[in-house]
Amino acid sequence: MNIVIRNIIRIIVVLFFQVFIVTRIPPLHQFIVPYFYFILILWLPFKISRIYLLLLGFSIGAIVDWFFKTPGLHAAACLLISYLRPFMINLLLPKEATEWGNEEPTSKTMGSVSYGIYVLILTLFHHFYLILLEWLQFGSFLYFIGKLFSTLIVSCLLIFIADLFFNRNSKLR
Amino acid sequence: MRNVFLFIRRYAVFISFLILQIISLSMLFSYNRFHSTYYGMIAGEISGDINRRVNNVEEYFTLKTENERLREQNAFLLSRIPSGQLNADTAMKIVNDTTYLDSVKQFLQYRYLSAKIIGNSTFLPQNYITLHRGSDQGVLLNMAVVGTDGLIGTVVGVSKNMSLVMSLLHKQSKVIAVLKKGSGLGEITWDGRDPRYLVLRKIPKTVVVKKGDEVVSSPYSDKFPPGSRIGWVEEVTQDQETNTYVLKVRAAVDFSNVQHAFIVINQLSAEMEEIRSKQIKE
Repeated sequence: MNIVIRNIIRIIVVLFFQVFIVTRIPPLHQFIVPYFYFILILWLPFKISRIYLLLLGFSIGAIVDWFFKTPGLHAAACLLISYLRPFMINLLLPKEATEWGNEEPTSKTMGSVSYGIYVLILTLFHHFYLILLEWLQFGSFLYFIGKLFSTLIVSCLLIFIADLFFNRNSKLR
Repeated sequence: MRNVFLFIRRYAVFISFLILQIISLSMLFSYNRFHSTYYGMIAGEISGDINRRVNNVEEYFTLKTENERLREQNAFLLSRIPSGQLNADTAMKIVNDTTYLDSVKQFLQYRYLSAKIIGNSTFLPQNYITLHRGSDQGVLLNMAVVGTDGLIGTVVGVSKNMSLVMSLLHKQSKVIAVLKKGSGLGEITWDGRDPRYLVLRKIPKTVVVKKGDEVVSSPYSDKFPPGSRIGWVEEVTQDQETNTYVLKVRAAVDFSNVQHAFIVINQLSAEMEEIRSKQIKE
């Protein structure tokens, strides 16, 4: 399948799950908000140019903002991780990223330890910034710390499930 | 000059990151003042339409509870109709100016417009509800929205066929409320914690409050029909700094599960507004 079509379908499916299914589940606790849509940015191919990556991250965040009625909140957080993503990849992978072609970051292409660190650190950055912005308007410090860590755990779990759900190890070409 | 271009070219990614970041942050921090302008844009219709389609499927899962709720309310309403006045159509008629002269006949102050809830959230600090009724159906800004169980919120944005409601679960929501058994005027807010509980402040300590007391909307409100149920007192705590209580109130409406709502049209609101503006001028 063409890489563009593949990513467009993935964006639609993941956003649908995020907006209409995962966040519609009755809340377990005030700290637990299941966010996982930002895997769309984590899963983009290695060779995407940095400007496109920024624009794509911003638009994915803006679409989520439309549905959650929080203009700019998710867009800002997504923008931050799409800016940091190339640095993370350069740190974790010895090879030049451009040599990887249409490959995407998976546990196979990166190795499961590097992939785990990659997901964990970018998720941490995303949630830290998102919840910081939310906390500036609202809530106490305990709220900030509690929400950051519980949301981080839930998100990592959801990303793990999503990794099993989307079979991304099949060859593209 | 050449160096400037070189600089821009070299840091193009970082500069565009900064620009987009500034755009999103300015959107975020100016939004609270511009609910309606933001929502009146065409995109409100688009996301509303997607919400409506998904809701058509989702509705099947709550049909049973919704049915029960409607039956309960029907029974309640039927019990309030005095015998001989079973003709429901007269209640739906908009009564014109003659009513102002007729001192015997009661006339209708609040009309109810049934609306379907197509978008809802309870997990954010600012929760909004989207209704499938808009300016084409006569919805205006600042109208009250009630559910079958009790008060839901206020309309803050209207587009052609959709409207956006600030639910009680919103950190900026403030509703004047009273205890149903009488005295004490307070203010219902939400602390952003548990979507099942609201906070009632400003009830003076001279009033005796017990667990289980019913909280309703105040008779002095110009948008909420007086006596609309809000919830029941769950926990009574004394505020150390002031002479008032901080009451934890269990919300009457189950916000995570609500499907239908009524938009309350106050026929006297224009008149009330006129009096108020006159008073301010003088």
